[in-house]
Amino acid sequence: MAEQKTVTFIIERQDGPGEKPYTQEFEIPYRPGLNVVASLMEIQKNPQTKDGKKVAPVVWECNCLEKVCGACMMVINGRARQACCALIDELEQPIHLAPARTFPVIRDLLIDRSVMFESLKRVQAWVEIDGTWDVKDAPIQNPYTAQTAYEISHCMTCGCCLEACPNVGPQSDFIGASPSVQAYLFNLHPLGKFDKEKRLNALMGKGGITSCGNSQNCVEVCPKNIKLTTYLAQLNRDVNKQALKNIFNK
Amino acid sequence: MAKDMTKKKIIVVGGGISGLMATLKICEAGGEVDLFSYCPVKRSHSLCAQGGINACMDTKGEHDSIYEHFDDTVYGGDFLADQVAVKGMVEAAPKLIKMFDRMGVPFTRTAEGVLDLRNFGGQKNKRTCFAGSTTGQQILYALDEQVRRWEVKGGVKKFEFWEFIKVMKNKEGVCRGIIAQSMNTMEIRAFRADTVILATGGPGQVFGRCTASTICNGSAVSAVYQQGAEIGNPEFIQIHPTAIPGSDKNRLMSEACRGEGGRVWVYKDGKPWYFLEEMYPAYGNLVPRDVASRAIYKVCVHMGLGINGENRVYLDLSHIPADYLERKLGGILEMYSEFVGKDPRKVPMEIFPSIHYSMGGIWVDRLHHTSIPGLMASGECDYQYHGANRLGANSLLSAAYSGTISGPEAMRWAKEGDRGSEMTDAEVEAARQECVDEYEKILKMDGKENAHRLHHELGDLMYKYVTIERENKGLDICLVELKKMLERWDDIGISDHSKSANQEAMFVRQLRNMILYAMVITKAARMRDESRGAHAKIQLDEQGNVMKDKDGELIFMGRDDARFMKITIVSYNKETEEPMVSYREFDHSLVKPRPRNYAVAKKE
Repeated sequence: MAEQKTVTFIIERQDGPGEKPYTQEFEIPYRPGLNVVASLMEIQKNPQTKDGKKVAPVVWECNCLEKVCGACMMVINGRARQACCALIDELEQPIHLAPARTFPVIRDLLIDRSVMFESLKRVQAWVEIDGTWDVKDAPIQNPYTAQTAYEISHCMTCGCCLEACPNVGPQSDFIGASPSVQAYLFNLHPLGKFDKEKRLNALMGKGGITSCGNSQNCVEVCPKNIKLTTYLAQLNRDVNKQALKNIFNK
Repeated sequence: MAKDMTKKKIIVVGGGISGLMATLKICEAGGEVDLFSYCPVKRSHSLCAQGGINACMDTKGEHDSIYEHFDDTVYGGDFLADQVAVKGMVEAAPKLIKMFDRMGVPFTRTAEGVLDLRNFGGQKNKRTCFAGSTTGQQILYALDEQVRRWEVKGGVKKFEFWEFIKVMKNKEGVCRGIIAQSMNTMEIRAFRADTVILATGGPGQVFGRCTASTICNGSAVSAVYQQGAEIGNPEFIQIHPTAIPGSDKNRLMSEACRGEGGRVWVYKDGKPWYFLEEMYPAYGNLVPRDVASRAIYKVCVHMGLGINGENRVYLDLSHIPADYLERKLGGILEMYSEFVGKDPRKVPMEIFPSIHYSMGGIWVDRLHHTSIPGLMASGECDYQYHGANRLGANSLLSAAYSGTISGPEAMRWAKEGDRGSEMTDAEVEAARQECVDEYEKILKMDGKENAHRLHHELGDLMYKYVTIERENKGLDICLVELKKMLERWDDIGISDHSKSANQEAMFVRQLRNMILYAMVITKAARMRDESRGAHAKIQLDEQGNVMKDKDGELIFMGRDDARFMKITIVSYNKETEEPMVSYREFDHSLVKPRPRNYAVAKKE
C-alpha cells in the first residue's frame, strides 16, 4: 500500500525542424487532479527518462492552463486535444503524447500553427470599422444572433479541427473548419455583413469550402463544442448562392 | 515608389489588450509597429479575464453616473490612485464599449438587443458589460482581428515567439530600441525604434501558483527596473477571493458568480454561515476583493471553519436556475466541471483566495511615460488607475484605456520628443553582444540547482510571507531568503544545451528577473507601515510577536494617510542589487479621502 503511485508517459520527441522523431518514456509521481501539462512541468523539474537517463526537458507550448488560450494542443493517446484539461485520471496509461503533425514541428511537442492565422487573413475575419475613434452608437443586435456569434467566437485557433480533418495536410489544401467558420461569424455581424461577398468569394477558390469532405471529425474534437459542421453547411450554401450570383452578374 | 522615410517606428512589447489597443492607435496615426510577443498575440493572458468590463452605460434605470464609477474606483482603491488619471479612464469607458461593439465583441444582450449589464464587487449599480463569462477572450479577439487587418495593410509587423530581453539606450540615456531573442531559433537581435511601449502584463508567476498564465512572469518589468525604470506601488498585489486551488495553477472563478447572485458560506455550528453577508451587510457577497479575501482567510485559517478543516469555502450558485446560469456564466461553469469533476449548477463550488493581479508596476506619468525617456508602459505592467486595490471589471477597462493613451503619445514622442542622438551601429552591436554573452553564460551553467524547482520554492516563499496578512518580522525573513535565492540562482545547472527552442535557458534568465522583482514587492511591503487596500499589516509588539485584542482577534495597523498616502517608488541599486524605496506625492484633489467601510453604504 505504501508504494507510490506513478504515471507513465511515452513521448514522441524531435530535436528540431526536419529532424527524425524518436520516443522516450517518463515516469512521474501521481497526485490527484494531475493533468498532462502539470505532468510535463514535473518532468521539467527532474528531466530524466524512466530508466534514469538524464535528458533535456520536453518542449511544448502552454499559457493559460484553463482551456481558453488554445496553446497546449497536442495529440494525447491518439486524439488532438488541449493538454491542460487532459486529466490523468481519465487517460489510459502509458499515456502517449505526440505533436500535431498536421503542422510543422519546431521541437518535441511544439508546433508552428501560423498557417491558421494566415487563413484568417484570407477570409478577412474582422469587421471593417472606420477606426477606433467615436462614430455614433453601435447598432442594436438581435440577441439570438448574438448568441450564435458568441458560440463561434469561442474558437481559440488551437488547431484540433485541422489535426483531425482528413482533408487538411499535404494531400489536400483545405484551410480547415476553424478559419472557414470565422467567415460565417463575421457575416452575422450587422456591420461585418457588409463584406459578406468578399468572404464568400475568398472561400470559393483553392483550399476553400469545396475542399471540405464532410468527414465530421472537426465537430467531434472541437474543445469548445462549436457546431462546426452546422456552420460549414450553412456556409457552403452561402458560397454556392454567391457563386451563382457571380455567374449571373458577370 | 521610394519608401516613406518619415514613417515613425514604434515597438510594442506584449500583445494583450493594452498592447493591441496601442498598436491600433499608432497605425491609425500613420506609424509603423513592430509587435513582440512570447506567443501568438491571440493567446495573450487578457483572454483569462472573465466577468466583464466596467462602463457607465446606465441602461438599467438605476441613474448610474460616471461620477459614481469614478468614486467607486477611488474608494475601492483606498485612495491611492491618481484621481485625474482615474477620471480620464471612467469618462472614456462608455465610448470604448461602443467601439468594441462595432468591432464585433459578442456582448451578452437583453431581449431588446442592447448590452446587458451585471453587478460587480464594490459597486452598487449594474455597470459591468460582459460577454458571458469570457469577456477578456472576446475583447482580445476583436483587437487581434483589427490588428491583423493592419498587418495586411502593412502597418504592423509581428514578432511572435520573440522574447524581450532589455531596452537599448543611447548616450543620453534615451530608449532607442530593444534586444530580443527568437524563442525558436534562439537568435538574438537588436531592433531600433523611435519609441518603445511595454505592455507585458503582470508578475503572477513570482508567486508560483496564481490565476495568471505561465507567461505572466514580470520578467520584462524586472529587466527595465534593472535598467533604471522606477516601479510604483509594487506591494499592492490583488488576491482574488474565489479561485479553484490547483497544484499547477489556481483557476479563476469569476466575481461574476457573486454578481449573478452567488453566495459564499461555510458550516458553523452545523448550519450554513453566510459570513460575508453577516460581516458586511451593505455589500454582502459583493464586497471588493481585498475585503472578501481577508474574510475567507480569517474564517479558514484563524477560525478553522474551512470545508473539512481545509482551506476552502463554498461558493454557491445551486439556488439559481440552470438556464440563467448557462447564459450568463456558461464558460466558467464548464471549466469548473471539467477540472474538478463536479457540476456547480447542482453542488456548491469549493474555492479559496489566490494571487491574481498587480495594482503596482512600472511607474508612469499620466501619458504613460516611464522614468526612462522613450520607454512607455501600459496595461497591467504599469502602476496607474487602481491604487491599493482594483475593482473587478476595471482591469479590462484600464488595459484598453491605457492603450488609447500610450499609443498616440508614443507617436507624439517619436515626432517631437527629445530623443537625443541616433545610436551608432557599433553601439547597437555592443548592446546586442551583451545579451548574447549573458545567454552564452546561462548555457554553460553546470551547478546543482534545477531552475524549475527553485521557482517552486520562490512561490512558496512569497505565498508564506507576502500575501493576505503581512508582518514585518516575516517580511524581513523573506528578504533574507530572497537574497539567498539569488545566490542559489548562480548554482543552477542546465540540462538542455539545444540551439533550438531552448525553453529551459530562457526560463533561467526569467527566473533571475523574477527573484529580483520578488525583492521589490517584499521590500515595498516591509516599508509601508500601514494597512491599505490589498496591503494588510499585522501590528507587532516590542518582542516582535503578533498582537491580538482581548477577543483573540489580530490587530492590524490602520490606514495612515499622513505618512503613507503616497506612491511607493522603488528603484534598483546596481551595486547591491537591492531595491531602494522612497515615496512620491500624487494628485488626489478631486475627492477627499474618507474611511473605507463596506459594512455600511458608501457615503460621499
